[in-house]
Parts: sequence; C-alpha cells; structure tokens
Amino acid sequence: MAVEKPTARFATAAWRERAEEALLPPFVALLVALICGDLLILSYGQSPLEVYRLLLEGTWGNAYGFGQVLYKATTLTFTGLAVSFGLRAGLFNIGGESQLAAGGFAAALAGLALPAGTPLIFALPLCILAAGAAGGLVGAVPAVLKTKFGAHEVIVTIMLNFVVLALLNWIIAAKLHVPETLHTPEIRAGVLPRLSDMFPTFHGSAANLALIVVLLVAAAVWFYLFRTSGGYALRAVGLQPDAAEYGGISVGRVWLKALTVSGVIAGMGGINYVLGYKHYYEDGFASGAGFMGIAVALVGRNNPFGVIVAAFFFATLSQGGLAIHAFVPKQMMDVLQGVVILAVAVSVPEVRRVLRGSRRRSDA
Amino acid sequence: MNVVDFLTQMIRIAIPYLFAASGGVIAERAGIVSLTLEGFMLSGAFGAALGTHYSGDPLVGVLSGILCALIFSLIHALATIRYRADQVVVGVAINLLAIGITRFFLKLAFDSSSNSPRVAGFGGNLKAAGFDNPLLWLGLLVAPVVAFVIYRTPYGLRVRAAGDHPEAAESVGVSVKRVRYLAVALSGILAGLGGVYLALDQHQFTDQMTAGRGFIAISAVIFGRWDPIRAGLACLLFAAAETLQIQLQGSHAIPSQFIEMIPYVLTIVALAGVVGRSVAPAALGKAAD
Amino acid sequence: MTGGSAQAPNQPRATSSSAIRMEGIEKYFGPTAANRGASLEVAPGEIHALVGENGAGKSTLMRILGGLMKPDAGRVEVNGHDVTGWSTSDAIAAGIGIVHQHFMLVPTLTVAENLVLGSEPTKNGVLDYAQAASSAEALSAETGLKVDPARKVSELSVGEAQRVEILKVLFRGAKILILDEPTAVLSPPEVRELWAVLRRLRDKGDTIVLITHRLDEVVDLSDTITVMRAGGTVARIRTSETTPAAIARAMVGREVALSAGTRVAPSAPQPRSNRGLEVRDLTIKGSRGNRVVDGVSFSVHPGEILGIAGVEGNGQTELIEGLAGLRDVSSGQIIIDAVDVTSRSVDARHDEGLSHIPEDRNRRGLILEYSIADNLILGVGRKFTRNYVIDRKAVMDNAGGQIASFDIRPPDSTLNARALSGGNQQKVVIAREMSRAFSVLLASQPTRGVDVGAIEFIHQRLLDARAAGKAILLVSAELNEVLALSDRVAVMYRGKFSVIMPASEASEEVLGEYMIGTKKGATA
Repeated sequence: MAVEKPTARFATAAWRERAEEALLPPFVALLVALICGDLLILSYGQSPLEVYRLLLEGTWGNAYGFGQVLYKATTLTFTGLAVSFGLRAGLFNIGGESQLAAGGFAAALAGLALPAGTPLIFALPLCILAAGAAGGLVGAVPAVLKTKFGAHEVIVTIMLNFVVLALLNWIIAAKLHVPETLHTPEIRAGVLPRLSDMFPTFHGSAANLALIVVLLVAAAVWFYLFRTSGGYALRAVGLQPDAAEYGGISVGRVWLKALTVSGVIAGMGGINYVLGYKHYYEDGFASGAGFMGIAVALVGRNNPFGVIVAAFFFATLSQGGLAIHAFVPKQMMDVLQGVVILAVAVSVPEVRRVLRGSRRRSDA
Repeated sequence: MNVVDFLTQMIRIAIPYLFAASGGVIAERAGIVSLTLEGFMLSGAFGAALGTHYSGDPLVGVLSGILCALIFSLIHALATIRYRADQVVVGVAINLLAIGITRFFLKLAFDSSSNSPRVAGFGGNLKAAGFDNPLLWLGLLVAPVVAFVIYRTPYGLRVRAAGDHPEAAESVGVSVKRVRYLAVALSGILAGLGGVYLALDQHQFTDQMTAGRGFIAISAVIFGRWDPIRAGLACLLFAAAETLQIQLQGSHAIPSQFIEMIPYVLTIVALAGVVGRSVAPAALGKAAD
Repeated sequence: MTGGSAQAPNQPRATSSSAIRMEGIEKYFGPTAANRGASLEVAPGEIHALVGENGAGKSTLMRILGGLMKPDAGRVEVNGHDVTGWSTSDAIAAGIGIVHQHFMLVPTLTVAENLVLGSEPTKNGVLDYAQAASSAEALSAETGLKVDPARKVSELSVGEAQRVEILKVLFRGAKILILDEPTAVLSPPEVRELWAVLRRLRDKGDTIVLITHRLDEVVDLSDTITVMRAGGTVARIRTSETTPAAIARAMVGREVALSAGTRVAPSAPQPRSNRGLEVRDLTIKGSRGNRVVDGVSFSVHPGEILGIAGVEGNGQTELIEGLAGLRDVSSGQIIIDAVDVTSRSVDARHDEGLSHIPEDRNRRGLILEYSIADNLILGVGRKFTRNYVIDRKAVMDNAGGQIASFDIRPPDSTLNARALSGGNQQKVVIAREMSRAFSVLLASQPTRGVDVGAIEFIHQRLLDARAAGKAILLVSAELNEVLALSDRVAVMYRGKFSVIMPASEASEEVLGEYMIGTKKGATA
C-alpha cells in the first residue's frame, strides 16, 4: 500500500506529466529534422552551420523577411486552428485546402459587391463573414454525410477538395476573371492595411492586419475549447464518445458543429491573401496551405497557442528556403516539412508509451 | 470520334490508376489506410527517370522506380505498424515527403526545379500507339492477378483476415504485422510501377507529375468497394471520363472541370451509401497489438 | 541425438501424467493483478470445469495457457513439458485449441476459409478449397458438428458460429480444448447439442477445459472442478463429491466478510405512492434483433433498494442502458416520478431526477483524460455554466468539497482520472451521481474492481441514499452484495425477471436456482 504523499507534489507531477506528453514529440521532431537538414545540406556540399545562419538572418534577421514569415504564419495559423478544432472532437478535416480557397473566393466576392469606399469597420466584418460562411459550407458537407450516413470524414474531405477546387477553377476561368489572368478584379472595399503602412521598415512584405484577426480567432478558439460548456462537450466527444453520450452530450450534434466550425475557421484564412495581400482572388492561392494546416495542428498539439508557435515555425522554414536558395535548393524545406510531420506522428504514441511504461514501473 | 482512338487513349490513361488502385486494394484489405498511393507513385516516377537517365536502359529505370517506392512504403509500414502512428497523418506526411524529396533530388541530380531531361522509354513505335510497352500489358493484368492473390492464395486469405478481424487472425497463429508489412510493401511496388509507367510514357519526370492520380486510385478502391476487379473497372470508368474530357476539348459542350470532378463525386456518393453500402475492412486504420 | 532418451534431468516428475499443469501463475496489468498464485491441473481425457466470478482471472489463465499472454511468474506444463511463455503457434502445434467467448471468426470469410486460416492447405501454392471442404466434412461426420463450409460466417446463427469455432480448433489437431463460456449465447437445445459433442470428444480421448459461471453446467458435465477467486485458485474438487451450493460458496466467499453497513429506515416510507421508478412491459432488442430485455415490468419505491441478481449477459446491461437513455427501447414505458421519460434524452431524464452509476467507468463513467474536477461535472455541467461559460471557480470549489466528503485520494482535483486507482475512480463517479438532485438511482456494478475499503464506503453511501428516500435499482454480479443491500431481489434470466422476492426470503441457494434457470417463480 502506498503511503499518502502531500498534495502539492501531485499537482506539479500532474502538470509535468501532461507537459512532457505534449511537448516531447515536437522536440523529438525538431531534432530529427535538424539531423535530416544537416544530411541534405552536406549532400549539397555546404556547411550546415553557415546555411542555418543564413536561414535565421533571412527570416528573423530583417524586417522584410520577418514580415514574410508573419504573413505566411497567419494563413497557416488559420488552417492549423481549423484542423485542430476538428481533431479535438476526434475528427480529421483534410479539407482545409478547399475551405481556404472557398473562403478567399467569398471574401473577394464580398469585397467586389460592396460599394467602393465602404468604411473598413463595415466591410471587414462582412468580408470575414462571407469567407467563414463559404468555408463552413464546404465543411458542413462532410459533417452532414458523417452524421447522417456514417461516411468517413477523411475520405469525404479529401475528395471534396478536388470537387470544390475544380468548381472554383471553372468559375474563375469561365466567368469571373480579368482577361489573360486567372484572378478576379481587385476588390473595392475591405482592403486590410499592411504592416508596412504603419511601420515602414516592413516595406515590401505582405504582412497585414489579418494577423490581428487570427490572434483573436486563436484566443476565441482557446476560450471556447477550455472555458465553455460547448468546448467541454466537444473535447469529451473527441476523447471518449461513449462517456460523452452517458453525460447527456449529443455526439452527432458535436460532430456536425466541429466539422462545420473547422471549415469556418479555414475559410476565414482566405482574408489574409485576398484582403491583406493581393486584393483579388487568384486560382490556386491556397495550394499547400490546407495540407500544411495538418502539420501545424500536429506539431502544435491541438492547442491554439501551440498552433501559433507551430505556424511560425513552418512559416520560417518556408521563408527560410528562399533565404538559403543560393546555397542549398529551397526544396530542402519541403523535405523537412514531411520529416517533421512523420517524426511527430511516430513520436506521439511512442512518447506516451514510454512515459506511461516508466511511470507504471515506478508505481509498482 | 473514333472508337479505337478513344479506347487506346483510355487504356493509356487507366494504366497508372490500375497499378496504384490494385496496390491500394491489398494494403486496405490488410487494414492499412492507403492515402500514400500518391507519394508512392511520385517516388516511383522519379526513380524511373533517375535510373533510366543514368543507365540509358528503361529496365533499370523500372527497377530503380520500384526501389524508390519500396523505400517510401517501408517508411509508411514502419511508422504505422511498428510505431502505431496515426495512418492518416503518416499518409499526409509520406505524400509531402515524396514531393519534397523528389524536388530536392530533381535539383540535385538535374539542376532543375521543374523537370528531368528526356529519358528513354519502352516501345515508341507510333503505329503501336503505346501497346508495344510491356508495362501497359502488365498494368492490364495487375487487377486480375491481385484478385487471384487475394481470393485464391493463403496469403490473400490472411490479408482479408488481418483487415477484417486481426484478433481472429492472431488467435490462429497468423502474424498480422507480417501480413501488413508485406501488404504495404506490395502496395508500394504496385503504385510505384504506376509512377514508373507515367514517367517512361512521358519520357521524363516533372515536378508533382502524378497530379492527384494517387487519389483517383483511392477513389477507385472505395468506389470498387475494396474488390480488385471492381476497383479496376472503376479505374477504367474514371479513365473513360478523362478521355471524354480530352476529346471534347474545344467543343465546350461540358466544362472540363465538371468531368474532372466525376471520380470524386462518385466516391462521395458511394461513401454516403447511395450506391449500395460501401463496406470498408472492419479494422481499417486500426493498429494491431 | 542418440543420447536423447536420457535428455530430461529437469523433465517433470511422474505426476506430469497431467495434460495441463499450471503452478503459481502471476499476471499483472499495471498495478492490478489478474492472476495471483493461480494453479490448474487437468488430467488427460477429462472434462474439467474452471469456475469463478467475473474478474476471478479465469480468462487470463487460459490466455496464458494458449500463448496469447506470457505470465509474470509461474510455470506452465503441457503433457509433461515445460512450455512457460510459449507463443500462440507453439500452443496450436502442441494441440491446444481455445474456443473464445467472443468468437474469433472473420465474419466476411466463409466457414471453410475460417477453418483453414493460418494452416491453409495448398495445391501449387493456391488454396485448396476442395481439400479444406472434405476435411471439414470428415470432421463434421466424426463429431456431429454440422455446418455448410461454403456459407459466410456473418450469415450464421450464434449456435452455428460456435460449431465453426469448435471445428476450427479440431481442424488444427487440438487434443486439449478450452471453451470460454461456451453457453453464454446459446439456446437450451443448442446447449444440449454442445454437451453431446463435448462428451463424444472426451470419450474419444480429448481433454476439455470448460470455463463457466453457470453452476448447473458444471455439475452436469464435468469430472473435476477448479474454483478461482480474486486471481487465485481456491479449490479443486471432484464433481461427484460436491454440490452446487458448495461450489457457489467457494466462488463468492471473500477474505473480508461483507459488512452490510448501517441500515436506517427511510424517514418516510411511501410504498404506495406513484413516485420512484416504474417500468412497464419494457422490451429492448439486441443487434441481432433478439429480445435482450423481454417485456420486463417492475417498480422501485422511494426509500427502497431493488437488487437485480443474475448471471451476466442475461439483459442487465441492456436494461440499465435502456433506462438511462443510452439504448433504444422497442416497446414499453419508463416512468420516473410519474413522468413518462421513455423517449426522452439523457439530459431530460436527469432533469426528471434520474442518476446513473454506469457499469463500466472506464468506458462510460469517466473521461480518463479529464481532471477529477472536470469529471465531477460530466452531465451536471449546467449547474456550473453561466451563458455557456464554465465557472472555473465553482468547478474547483465543487471538486474540493467532493474530494473531501468522498475521501478521494490523492486529493488533487487537477489530476487526470486515469491516474487514480479503481476505487478512487469509482468514488469520483459516485460523488458526481450522488450530488445531483435525483430521486431515482441506477447503480450498476457499483463496486466492481474496487478495493475492500472502498466497497464498504460505497455500500454505506447507497444505504444513506435509501434512508434519504431515494429509489435505487442495484445491479450486481456479486450475489452477496445484492443480498446485503436490497429490500427486494429480482433475478434476471434470459431477458426476463424470473422472480422478484423480499430479500428476507432470499438466500444464495434460492437465488442460485433462479439464476441458472432451473426454477421460475412469481414476478409480482
């Protein structure tokens, strides 16, 4: 029989266990990625240390590079939050790609429809609303098919990506493009100020006030998940659907809500490019950002603040590729992204197994 | 429109699908989610271009293409079977990794970020219209062969047991892990061959040249309800739609985008249970102890 | 090896004429012991019954024998050879065949395919179905187990599926058959047929181990009986020298005598009021369309504990889930405090005064990755929510109070439920379900897997709730728990109540006969 130990020790032990399980996998992944990066750099006959120095200089070392990182991190945070919101309910939304595109398209339509000179205070919420609604619409399809017919959301969201992207491609190509391009005309209202408008040192970078929007969304997601009854129910369904049902939570309703809201969040990500950067919708602008959202959610351990950090990390890799391109092909970063996801995917169950195994031994 | 031309073109389009979908059927029947077909195909295509370029012999290209896809499939198998990682996440990672690695080595080997130099291929007699390519004939045979393996051999029986009730298989001394390792390796080889065919048919590797074909193959697996023959027929159906789209080009009768959607829409409809109930292997996606 | 005949300095002694000999087996799952000093000795050519309550460690012992698990300590001998820690395929090769309680058949494969899986006959590398079918038919003829080899297993009835299971192990050349609760799902004629088959197999020299908790079967069929309790072996008896009552006593006896707690009469007994729980002609269908709960009617009055005894798997689980709103009801009525809640949601039933201690806290009762504090508001969240926002301070205050009054250890509300012992996990569930405003309590296996100290604590809480005028429906596999706590006792057998009687008239012997279906009585 174990002797009772003082409470305070348990409290810190509980926190430490949770922190270890959450934080170890990303660190393992980072380590693996560094080793792979070294190998790739060496295979190109360069010095890893020198290349990493260049990478940091080109991303965090100057305002332009940093601005680009912020811009890329903004979109990735949106899609990462979307994926993690679904995963918290136990659902895998792989549709970020098309939800982001649909959101951007709807934001552009709203911006085109509003009269020129509409004050931002009115135009911005309307554009965001349009973007979220479009993303939510795309997200609602797998949600309904899952709850009504039991269709697996992974396959449906993947398939729907192709359908929605083909549909948007047709609309742009056949109906709504500036001649000789694959993008819409410039929006008349809802243009978000760039960071360089306020801080000239960011000149040339695409970073814009969508940054503030995404931080607010992340805070809202955190608050919803961990401070409201809806978030309590959503996480319960993700962890143990049978127990949630026992507690009077409707599992189907939570699934419906989780996938739809996941789509809304991804859709809102469209404003970063459309309202903040180019001021028009362009075919293919979302390419890759949806899938990267999975990586971001995974590395961020489905925690909104973790997602922000992870998005920043992947944005740095992406922008860093450009900074080192003169020495090592930027394609190296594509490899490292894959390596990081793989390493996290493997180390999450492995870390849990090892940690719980060692705890059990120390208990016995 | 000429019927022979149509069929010829349809078959050439269908071959990569047939290879990849047949591989997907084996892995999924054994209980491993095959979202990785795209990545296997891409690495197979790159390996084929690389091997053929350096040796001048497409046969070496076939072998090196298979080898590249096999390496990726073994990473997939190790992560999902040995380390019990989430099969969907690993699938996404393998696909991104394949894109990244082929890009990196495209740059390293050929100093290009878009395509390899022209490489040799099989056949090339214009009158034969691609039918002098042994890979094409292999591709036509692969679905029946996989059906034979799955339904008529001891290994196939174990594959079906491993995917539907792994505990039952274990209880009679079948090693589910071994069955699954082999199944994933086979899916890598077959999907890799699909990529090899693609690269040698086009006589070069281009960045992301598989362009979603692995996902069409997955659609065929689901639409064919995890049966090799039905999946093969689904591949032909999807290829026919694509051929139609190409032949109608310029006529503007139906926008090409709507024909592109056909495989995906059909798959979603099939999943929603409108076309009979689609029954996935019961233990699909679940790690075995 | 010519000197091989003298190979065995550590070969077992002459006693190892036993077919199976297991000694000092220990097996732990984390901190809980499934087997603790278990032993088993089976003579060749006998039918040996292995009996014990749920969780006594029978299945674990058999899994170790079959090579599905390795023991942490102890020794396993089969036919005189030390085989401790062998693999499944070793066990199959040595002629051990297990017929699992949950069929180990692949539903999408045919009977013939299931028979040959793992040891497939081939001709030129191709499955030889003709040979498979003919050996299946030969076996069928020999044993009297008739099945059509071409049918898919998913289309078979339970009885047929079990025949396939037995054929499957015989097909692999099993000489020692282990059957885990083989009759749990069979109808009486099917049971009789199974007995005939097992006797035939014994007479031709096979050894059979029968795991069961139905005492009638034990006495009917076996030559020798081993009784397990709490992971260990407590008795090994020749069947001819014992009675069902003696076996039952050995099965349920406890090291610590069960204290019945302090009984206080309910403040205001109202037996004739329409308050409490009333169930009218309730029928619930199982996944195969069979009636798992078959027209059950009863009522539980305020200040009363109605105990449901019975062998597990006779519909108790489905009955409770139906009452709680977790399972669809095909017909009948459920009435709580005069309100019909038959088609209401779980939440609505809570509002009408229902509280529920579920039988499986790891699956239903707790969210293992949630903290103690968060688990204490599962299903009562509204009390702690204002405008959809959870009042963290109220949640923590509530947790602090509950931890103190239910003595939950360690007393740290931020700890995940997973980290607690079984007894403390159960206290969390009970604290939560007792703290809501309720008038009817469903308590299903409330002390399962809980240490002795916690058992007494939980019993006292149930009696306190009774004294406070709550109507309590208790389901327990522990016969003496039902007897000690209940005012009235019902026995559930094959989906029906075979009897309801005052606890004062009930005894283990009397209930035992109803439990095994040899006696049927009034359900008034």
